[in-house]
Order: sequence, then C-alpha cells, then structure tokens
Amino acid sequence: MFNLFQTYTFDLLSIVFYCLLIFIPLLLGVVLALYADRKIWAAVQKRKGPNVVGPFGLLQVPADGLKFIFKEIILPDGSDKTVFLVAPIITLALSIAAWAVVPVQAGVVLANINVGILYIFAISSLGVYGILMAGWSSNSKYPFFGALRSAAQMVSYEVSIGFVIVTVLMCVGSLNLTEIVMAQKNIWFFIPLFPMFIVFFISALAETNRPPFDLPEAESELVAGYQTEYSGMPFVLFMFGEYINILLMCAMTTILFLGGWLPPVDIFPLNELPGFVWFLLKVTLVFYMFAMVKAFVPRYRYDQLMRLGWKVFLPLSLLAVVMTSSILFFFNLAPGM
Amino acid sequence: MTISLLTFYLFSAVILLSSLMVISAKNPVHSVLFLILSFLNAAGIFVILHAEFLAMILIIVYVGAVAVLFLFVVMMLDIKSSISKENILQYMPIGLLVGLVFIAELVIVLINTKLDLTSIQILSNPMSNFVGQSNTEAIGSVLYTNYILYFQLSGIILLVAMIGSIVLTLREREGVKRQIISEQLERRGKIDLVDVKSGEGIDV
Repeated sequence: MFNLFQTYTFDLLSIVFYCLLIFIPLLLGVVLALYADRKIWAAVQKRKGPNVVGPFGLLQVPADGLKFIFKEIILPDGSDKTVFLVAPIITLALSIAAWAVVPVQAGVVLANINVGILYIFAISSLGVYGILMAGWSSNSKYPFFGALRSAAQMVSYEVSIGFVIVTVLMCVGSLNLTEIVMAQKNIWFFIPLFPMFIVFFISALAETNRPPFDLPEAESELVAGYQTEYSGMPFVLFMFGEYINILLMCAMTTILFLGGWLPPVDIFPLNELPGFVWFLLKVTLVFYMFAMVKAFVPRYRYDQLMRLGWKVFLPLSLLAVVMTSSILFFFNLAPGM
Repeated sequence: MTISLLTFYLFSAVILLSSLMVISAKNPVHSVLFLILSFLNAAGIFVILHAEFLAMILIIVYVGAVAVLFLFVVMMLDIKSSISKENILQYMPIGLLVGLVFIAELVIVLINTKLDLTSIQILSNPMSNFVGQSNTEAIGSVLYTNYILYFQLSGIILLVAMIGSIVLTLREREGVKRQIISEQLERRGKIDLVDVKSGEGIDV
C-alpha cells in the first residue's frame, strides 16, 4: 500500500494542480461572463447595468456571490433533503468535468482522450439529472413543472446537437477534439457547414436553457422553475453550473466551427499570437452572441419550442448528415479514403 | 496492486451496492437514481477495459436518454412509498421463479462454454486484428462491413417498435385548435400591416 502511494503521489499532485489550473480560470470566466451578460443586456435596453460596486461595477458579481454565501440555506419541510442537496452539486460537478477534455491550444489540455467529443456530449446529456432531481426533490409544483419542461427540452435538442456533431465528425474523421481543430487548418467548418452552425448555435441556446428558450425558469409562469426552493449556497452552485455550461457551449462552438485556437489567416502578425488568446477571443465572440440573443429575442412558447426541435431541426440535421456523407463519398473528400 | 485494479474494485463495489439499493430502496425515484449510478459505474469499467467508445455510448444512450425517460415516468406516477408486506408475499413466488430461471440460464451458458486457450487469448486481447486503431474505428470497420445486415435489421426493428407505439397512442381529437405556422404566414391578403402616422389616425 505504501509503495502505491509512493508511485502515484506525484501523478496525483500534478493532476490536482492541473485541475486547479482549469478550475480557477473557469471561475474567473464565469464572474466575467455574468458581468458581461448583465452589461450587454443593460446596454441594449439603454440602462447602465452594474456600475456601483468597484470600478465599472466589476465587483458586483463577487459581491452578489458573497451575499449568497452568507445567506441561510433553507431546506423545505417536505423535500427529499439528500436529493435536494445533491442536485446542485451534481450540476456544478458535471459542468466542470466536461472542461477536462477541452483543448485551449495545441497540446494544452488536461486529458487528450480519443473520444473527446463523445465525452463532452455524454457529460452534457447528464446535466439534465441535476435539474430533474432538483425539481422532484423540492416537493413543490412550480419546480416540478420547471424540471419536466427542462428535461423534455434538453432531451429534444440533444438529438439535433448529436446530428450536427456527426456532420462535423464526418469531415474530420476523428473524435479527438485536437484533431477536429487541426482539420480546420484550411477552412473553418462554419463556412462549408453554415446551416449546421446555425442549428448548433440555436440548439446550444436551448440546451443551456438560455433565453429565448428559458422556459424551465420562465418567471412569469413558474416563479423560477426548478430553482424556486433554492437559496444561499445551493443556488449559487446552480448559477455557476449554468454559466460554466454556457461557456462550455461557447467553447464547443469555437472548436467545432470556428477553428479553435487557429488564427483566421495564417500570416505574420496574426499567427504570432499564442493559440489560447485566439481561443479566448472566439469564445468571447460566441458568448457575446449568446448575450445579444438574450437581450433582443422574446421567449418562445412551449409548443413552438418543441415544434422547432422535432419538426424543423431534427429533419434538417438528418438531411444534412445524409447530404454531407454523400458529398464526401462521391467527391472522394472523406478523410481516410 | 495497480491503480486500474483498485479502480476496478471501486467501480464494481459501487455497482453491486447500488444495484442492491435499486431493489431495496423504498422510494421508486431513489431506485431509478441508484440504477443510473450503476450504469455510470459500468461505463467506468468499460473505460478500464479500454473500450472508451462503448463507455461513452452507454452513458449517452442509457443514462442520457433511456434513464431520463424512466425517471420522468416514475416521478409522474406518484407511487406512495409504503408497500405492504402482503404485496411482497404475493409477488415473491414470481420473483423467485424469474430469478431461478435466470441463474439456471447463466449456469447452462457457463457449463457449455469451453474456456480453451484461444478464447482466453481473444478475451484478454480483443483488438488483436486492429493494432494501432482506436476502438471507434475498429467497431465501425466491422459493424458496417461484416455485420451490416444485423445492424440494419436492428435498426428496422427499432423503427417498427417506434411506429407501433406512435400508432397505438395517436388519437385524433375533434375541436382542438392547432397552430399551423405555414397557414398563418400565408394570410397576408386578409391582414395588413399599416404604418400609422401619429396624430392622424386611420380609417378602418
């Protein structure tokens, strides 16, 4: 047993170190994303947004976080206490776990596994459990309705996300995220696969329960959906999990369609910038689009949401899979042929 | 004692415990949650066996889709968690029968399987023909060539099952108003959008 510890202590410590290297920038990213979200939203509505706490209101989000941490954690009387407290932990843990395989630069990734994209897809399909458990264990009507809506919505849009990923994978010939980025050296996939880029972006909005698809927490109908009974720290965990998921979807859009860490054109001043700067810039751009959509698109009605998912996106992405594979096959463009 | 052995014992212990909890938990929702936990750990064992593609597919299909629907239905059922002892006695013989049949089948299979040297070699090195390929490629290269017929057949069976369940549950109700978006967009002639200048009003 002692030998075991001796052999693996170094590995263990280095893994912990790398995890922190992912986790701390991620937390910083969430804080900035929350701030940017509120600022952009405010700017569209000609308000000022957070501008009191700290310079330009930058400390507003940490202040809110502190406020939540010091609030009392209220456990509803009729709730299933264990499931109630496990749900936010699962949501946050899963959203962080997915980042283990995201490459921010050539070779800079915690786990360069060869089924990277499937891993992210699997983890994000698990995300629905946090919401379902929260909604059920609250033992209250509105959280339950919110959870049911959310589960149906996430399962529906996962299907079209899956097909979009398949079209990209056919052009790459590998499930490894690094190779997906390297396959875009000549042309970023959002140009040849533009319709799929749009489908993926909208499905990503639905998958992360962002407006205009934020029906699970539509405040005019469901108070706050599955989060209604949560307060204090568990609520913060939900909030963080949600925003880390949003950032993950931005990173996925970047990796699948916008060429990851590759510069737009491979010429002198642009390719001198380190890869992760390009990656961050692209993620920021996608997040800006997410925030703008939140600001100026009204909320969908539930049946319209389901219609869009099943009757528009599913046939469209299925058609795209057939079309892409036929084109790749008949023009001998498929990788490895 | 290597790490992979330790993780194997960890995963299998969790699988056994959570499977036990599936049948002993009083609350059916807890049962489903434990079932999901055991699925996840089974995926972990696949990863230890270097079958990462199967592991991910297990999570995506079973945990991400099938078990969600399971949980969905069980949550909606509103079963009161107290089940009286009469019920247990009532269903005990059937349960025992099913269990016995299952054990007998396993025993028959195990007796008839000859674990000779070649099968042990195949088991210990399942991808000997596919050196240097990831197991996604390996599975794809057999599934779409040697086993294409079975693959397509299973797809057709699933399709038939799907159509069957849709036909069984479909019912046309009269007097239900539906939004037909294409019709809405076509009625331009009947409804006009008019830019009304302020202070002037408009004749209707």
